[in-house]
Amino acid sequence: MSTANTTTKNRHLELIGIGLIALLILVVLPVWLDAFRLNLVGKYLTYAFVAVGLVLCWGYTGILSLGQGIFFGLGGYCMAMFLKLEASSVANTKIQSTPGIPDFMDWNQLTHLPFFWVPFKSLPFALIAVIAVPSLAAFILSYAMFKRRVGGVYFAIITQAFAAVLTILIIGRQGYTGGINGITDLRTMWGWDIRTDGAKEILYFACAFLLIGMMFLARFVLSSKLGRILVAIRDKEDRVRFSGYDVASVKVFIFCLASAIAAVGGAMFTLQVGFMSPSFVGIVPSIEMVIFCAVGGRQSVVGAVVGTLLVNYAKTSFSESFPELWLFAMGGLFIAVVLAFPRGIAGLFTDQVVPLFMKWKSARDGATPDATPAPAE
Amino acid sequence: MANSTDFLLALEGVTVSFDGFKAVNDLNLYIDKGELRVIIGPNGAGKTTVLDLICGRTRVSNGSIKFQDHEITGLTEHEIVKRGIGRKFQTPSIYDDLSVFENLEISFPRGRNVFGALFWNRTSEIIERVQEIAEMIYLSDQINQRAETLSHGQKQWLEIGMLLIQDPELLMLDEPVAGMSVSERVKTAALLNTIIKNRSVVVIEHDMKFVESIAHRVTVLHQGKVLAEGDMEAIQADPHVKEVYLGH
Amino acid sequence: MFGYSFGELGSIFAMQAFSGLILFSVFLLMALGLAIIFGQMGVINMAHGEFMILGAYMTYLTSHIFQAYLPGLFSIYFFVAMVVAFIVSGAAGLAVEWILIRHLYRRPLDTLLATWGLSLMMQQAFRTIFGAREVGVELPQWMMGALPVTDVIEVQINGLFVMALTLLITGGVALLMFRSRWGLQVRAVVTNRVMSGAVGIDTRRIDRLTFGLGCGIAGIAGAAFTMIGSTGPTSGQLYIVDTFLVVVFGGAQSLIGTIASAFTISQSQSTLEFFLSGSMAKVLTLLVVIGLLMLRPQGLFVLKVRK
Repeated sequence: MSTANTTTKNRHLELIGIGLIALLILVVLPVWLDAFRLNLVGKYLTYAFVAVGLVLCWGYTGILSLGQGIFFGLGGYCMAMFLKLEASSVANTKIQSTPGIPDFMDWNQLTHLPFFWVPFKSLPFALIAVIAVPSLAAFILSYAMFKRRVGGVYFAIITQAFAAVLTILIIGRQGYTGGINGITDLRTMWGWDIRTDGAKEILYFACAFLLIGMMFLARFVLSSKLGRILVAIRDKEDRVRFSGYDVASVKVFIFCLASAIAAVGGAMFTLQVGFMSPSFVGIVPSIEMVIFCAVGGRQSVVGAVVGTLLVNYAKTSFSESFPELWLFAMGGLFIAVVLAFPRGIAGLFTDQVVPLFMKWKSARDGATPDATPAPAE
Repeated sequence: MANSTDFLLALEGVTVSFDGFKAVNDLNLYIDKGELRVIIGPNGAGKTTVLDLICGRTRVSNGSIKFQDHEITGLTEHEIVKRGIGRKFQTPSIYDDLSVFENLEISFPRGRNVFGALFWNRTSEIIERVQEIAEMIYLSDQINQRAETLSHGQKQWLEIGMLLIQDPELLMLDEPVAGMSVSERVKTAALLNTIIKNRSVVVIEHDMKFVESIAHRVTVLHQGKVLAEGDMEAIQADPHVKEVYLGH
Repeated sequence: MFGYSFGELGSIFAMQAFSGLILFSVFLLMALGLAIIFGQMGVINMAHGEFMILGAYMTYLTSHIFQAYLPGLFSIYFFVAMVVAFIVSGAAGLAVEWILIRHLYRRPLDTLLATWGLSLMMQQAFRTIFGAREVGVELPQWMMGALPVTDVIEVQINGLFVMALTLLITGGVALLMFRSRWGLQVRAVVTNRVMSGAVGIDTRRIDRLTFGLGCGIAGIAGAAFTMIGSTGPTSGQLYIVDTFLVVVFGGAQSLIGTIASAFTISQSQSTLEFFLSGSMAKVLTLLVVIGLLMLRPQGLFVLKVRK
């Protein structure tokens, strides 16, 4: 049985998987859940963007970033800055000593809008910034390191340090950033009230469609020759150079792409949840997002989304009933996944469930018993 | 010492030191177009380091390396590959997680930048070329198999195939028959004889029989310097070489 | 300059330098254990801060036991506590190595994730056992108070004590690494694992002991930590990023590098703290360190080796 057949089968499986996810988040959940729960799922879906990005850079290329919260956060903050400015019209803020600037600036004795806030009065600018700012940050961060061939644990630690720096910066400069509370009390986007149930539902669908789009984008990248180069880099980075590829550029590209995808998630988070704060930027959320991806399967786009939904569902139900146990469960999950199921739920599925299904199918068709595929990839 | 040469590859006054230890010391080495050169020498003579220097894996501390009359010191590995230098490593170095086809396809010398790879189109020309190479390296039947599942000898052949499809001007082979069975050795020798046509080749080898069977010119390295250079007979008669190999 | 006289400015720098030295001691004590584990084994231990806090809680328990049962000996409880902290953290380290780490030696990134999971569990365990509130220990009489150096500068005795302790432990580690048979074996395993195995060194045992020792030193660091601050379930996490930067910045396999980088980072942070707010001082220090690491990824002190 040749592996090529298994590979195409896996490709079909991925497509079926994306289809099932689409069915779940576009039809089943909206019909089944009330507005509050659906909004919660919408929040989980924004983390799934990050997990999809991590599949690209960690699962396929072997670049572990412990700072994806940076890009999720920057995307979210860019969106929040626009929404905050719209909510801080002179009419809305006439009780402040300086009307027309965000409330937290007024509390911190700022008398005019800081220069880097000014362009965020424009929605098109903000939307471009949602992608451009985090991508630029990712580029600066990764270019220097990958050109100098810093990778592995060093890269992980430095991204983590950056996440810490950004959190401290946001909390410390509260006049410019809203501090530890973040940017809150967001109301409208171009006059459209995002706080109503109807708006939240529309935003949920926008988020779901975007996520599915990102999943297809990731599929496209991974099934191109670039995807095979990524695997080659994970496998033998030095050797890829001798095949004539500039490894650093490839790694920078994939890291920036992963970060841009995370940033879109961050912007959708701000829109759906109605605020952005440093607690989604720092070390802890960043590493939690890695575990979402790991649980689902670091090498599967579909798995990453499933993992994110499941872990967050578990987190919500645990925290509601046994908040004490949640950290134990989360820690245990980390250890169990890494030790026993490094390929996560998706790995379990392709190794266990698919062979069973093939056996059943071949028994039904009366085909030869060797139809069991070789272990995938 | 000529500044401009018609040599394909010219190393002049090349020195590299690791923490004070000079692994290669003021080395001069010239390779002609179409030449097959064998480098021999005792362990630690700096043979592999010389290959590392040429292909940009190690930076020279001093001296110049010119390929087709262009300075290549300071270029990165992939830039040197693009100029037309291919390198086979001592241990088989292939991509275990990819199929034989994909290993060869990745080595095809086109679509090597990010977007070229992203919008790569597997044309019939490429498929034919890959299949042709797979046939040459005796791996037609394994073409869709994961490279990890190949035998040691097959992995060596695959790596040779990956070089072949790159079609380099200068090919550098580091102990190409090490660790092979006798029958694999015979097949490999035949394979090497086909690939060394129309290009220059530098081979590092320990197996003197194999060296005798292929060598035009031999360079003997000792302690990072050229000890002797010439045809096989002259080298075997050289008293210095005997001393180095047989001990003092 | 900033409205201070030169004399005042000098005293301020001296005071900041002293508080920088205390920070240096904490960084160094924590980094020593981390550097041994990371430098010698290539393992990233994200739960290192929690092993330190384990030592701190052991000290807290010991102080209570002495207060209740041996009040006469209270003045020396700390030395007992240090030994207890070392043994408990070290034993926990050995157990963790056996259960978890040894399965992951070839997967450094996965070790990082697994030990992060471990740190979450340890934090929750601390919270369940000792409560979410921070606890402090009572210092023995002789450790309280301050020594006047000039009429404006005075130094805290507990700070001095922690510094002396740091010097002692660092010296001990250096001796262990460079003068003992165990140290020789560790260095041999780092240089060439396969060869060390071939000449009869039990590399698995060396790994386990190294990990245990690193965690034990973290325990002592925790004991020292109680002398200058209070202990909470998540106190360990506050220092982990800084300590990693200290280790990486120093060059992972160099003891001198670790000391130098702990010194540089702590001193610049505490000096800057006077001119900027605390958080900006930290941001600036971290950014400079990260920037330098980007320029010189191998760290401050490292040998150029032939690969």
